[in-house]
Amino acid sequence: MIARRVVPCLDFRGGAVVKGIRFAALRDVGDPVALARRYAEQGADELLLLDVAATLEERAASRATVAAVRAAVGLPITVGGGVRSAEDARALLEAGADRVAVNSAAVARPELIAELAREFGRQSVVVAIDATRAATPDAARGAACGGFEIVVRAGSTRAGLDAVAWAREAEASGAGELLLTSLDRDGTRAGFDVELLRAVVPSVAIPVVASGGARGPDDFVEAARAGAEALLGASLFHDGDWTVGEVKQALAAAGFGVRGRFVPASVRPGEESAT
Amino acid sequence: MSGVVLVDTGVANRASIVAALRRAGADVEPTLDATRVREAARVVLPGNGAFGAAMAALRSRGVDDALRDRVARGRPLLAICLGLQLLAESSEESPGVAGLGVVAGAVVRLRDGGRVPRLGWGAVAVARGAAPRWLRDGDAWFAHSFALREAPRGAAVATSDHGGALVAAFERGPLLACQFHPELSGEWGGALIQRWLAEGAT
Repeated sequence: MIARRVVPCLDFRGGAVVKGIRFAALRDVGDPVALARRYAEQGADELLLLDVAATLEERAASRATVAAVRAAVGLPITVGGGVRSAEDARALLEAGADRVAVNSAAVARPELIAELAREFGRQSVVVAIDATRAATPDAARGAACGGFEIVVRAGSTRAGLDAVAWAREAEASGAGELLLTSLDRDGTRAGFDVELLRAVVPSVAIPVVASGGARGPDDFVEAARAGAEALLGASLFHDGDWTVGEVKQALAAAGFGVRGRFVPASVRPGEESAT
Repeated sequence: MSGVVLVDTGVANRASIVAALRRAGADVEPTLDATRVREAARVVLPGNGAFGAAMAALRSRGVDDALRDRVARGRPLLAICLGLQLLAESSEESPGVAGLGVVAGAVVRLRDGGRVPRLGWGAVAVARGAAPRWLRDGDAWFAHSFALREAPRGAAVATSDHGGALVAAFERGPLLACQFHPELSGEWGGALIQRWLAEGAT
């Protein structure tokens, strides 16, 4: 079995980690390398680095920040922000990313997902989906939008796409994972949007990462119960209210496998071969 | 310190592998030169992307023969992720494409047992009766949609579970092959790389 992952998210702008509420009112919360080290020591399973200014500034995510964090920690790193092409992705991978996340550019040009999957393998391609509760009921958009709608360009633009439909299209195009962020919950510490998870998780077969709204260990347990394979936290870790370890303890107590708390596989290959 | 040749097929997360090898004290030389791959003291074969594309990249430079030659002569090789799969005879990912055939068996698609790609930390357990030199029980970072299910003959195997046991890693002589990413598997993975570097020389 694969453990549920707890993934601290470092939104950054310039050389600083920032955090806001619903993608706005960003405040500085620390140095990327120092925070990455802290979370690695706390038992983080992966790190997510998002250059939140990249898309709006029409450039790809900062390679310098990626390289600095890569040199500091031996954990998997996923990087997103402003990736518009395979070349952008390659530059980030060469700087030290293990996987690359795409968002606005993939909504504008869905073939980008297939191009990245072909070049780097599906497991290296994360499609980040920022969703909000649809402001207009289905009637206004025909049957296109269900309960959740996609936003792009760091939450600034409604894309008029239904979240579940887009999740399915991203999977079919070659996404290896979906990073599902609730714009409504981002930075609010109101808990993950479990309804959003329950809408998207059953509609795809690839892993889904829950993001937006985490305030404490119970929220992580709830999102895991809703089927999220990985659980992202930012404010609650940056502000020192909870550690990654405390969250993983809560997940383990609720019966979820976490790294370091496994029953090892006891079968030998050949004995239970699925070939 | 010790020099390592990294087979450079344009692998996605090369920087992470280079960083991990350097942390373990190795000098790393990325190359696709068949002679270097044949003769270097230690070689790392990483891999990402598709089985067929990777085999084509190796064949285009004669690196496939150089790798087979290394293994036949008992020269140290560390294969990672797709690198392990390339050692097999074939893969369900790219029907009709021959692998390196260093070990018997075909790589198969992961189906039941969890979401695919299989992404994240999975438990690795040394198989009963196996006496590996480097492999230990632990948790490792996996990122794959295909796997080898049959234990290679004459190899010490460690397994992980996804709808039944899969080959998480195996070692045979100075060959160490890992389906997981030791370079991303924290201190446990770093220590594994260090053990292989320390004892890998013939």
